[in-house]
Amino acid sequence: MKCRECDAFLVDYVSGELPAEVLATFELHLSRCRNCRTYLEQYRATIDAGKTACDAYKEGLRMPEELIQAILAAKPKAPS
Amino acid sequence: MPQTLDQDQGDQRPDSSVDETELLSRLRAGDDAAYEELVRTYSPRLLAVARRIAGTDEDARDVIQDAFLNAFRSLKNFHGDAKLSTWLHRIVVNSALMKLRTRKRKPEESIEPLLPSFQADGHYAEKFSSWGDRADEAVSRTETQELVRQRIDELPDSFRTVLVLRDIEGLDTEETARVLDTTPNAVKIRLHRARAALRTLLAPHLGRGEL
Repeated sequence: MKCRECDAFLVDYVSGELPAEVLATFELHLSRCRNCRTYLEQYRATIDAGKTACDAYKEGLRMPEELIQAILAAKPKAPS
Repeated sequence: MPQTLDQDQGDQRPDSSVDETELLSRLRAGDDAAYEELVRTYSPRLLAVARRIAGTDEDARDVIQDAFLNAFRSLKNFHGDAKLSTWLHRIVVNSALMKLRTRKRKPEESIEPLLPSFQADGHYAEKFSSWGDRADEAVSRTETQELVRQRIDELPDSFRTVLVLRDIEGLDTEETARVLDTTPNAVKIRLHRARAALRTLLAPHLGRGEL
């Protein structure tokens, strides 16, 4: 397996969905290729960074009062 | 001038530990106070979801208004087989995707320049340097988190939506494919490219461990 094939399998590898027969070859390549190990580390760190940054935004976002009032004002009289 | 969305400055957030069954029966009885409770309890997190998918503060505001109106109109179809929060989340995701589809957009820029390239023998063309613990340290800082979100916003819509749905909102591949009306394989390819492009955009910042 070359780095190019290893790269194509990353999405399944990080979600634990790589078929067993491919996994062994993939991990053999990783054990021999420092560059792919580093890339995998950065790929995982990127996923974690996105999650951390967006979760922090979710926790801290303030719902503007005028937006709440607009939503309440747009409500029909009763469920149709 | 479009109004931007702000982060809390220590304001009290609504209590999210509501009794959903009780709230739902009050909503069905036409209780206005219940609808206000629903909006105040769930809207901040849902607004954040709308913002990440829609890509702008202005569109997120439209999305959240449409979503609550759709939710109110669809109450009779909600049978409690999912949590109320999960049901609302789904409505917001669909409203945000609808907004993207109807928005006048420029043609998407190619993501190719942000993807790793390979030598003829199949090795990566670039030699990567470990980020080590610097990435974690950097992402714990508020300013780096803002930068990460800005870089996510820079991804072309079709890649950003997959990344947000899978990596941020936690939808699985099949559900993502369903809401985007595509195949699971197409989701995986787009997700991989979106992550690779975001890695390239973040490397100058996370690799140094500073902004």
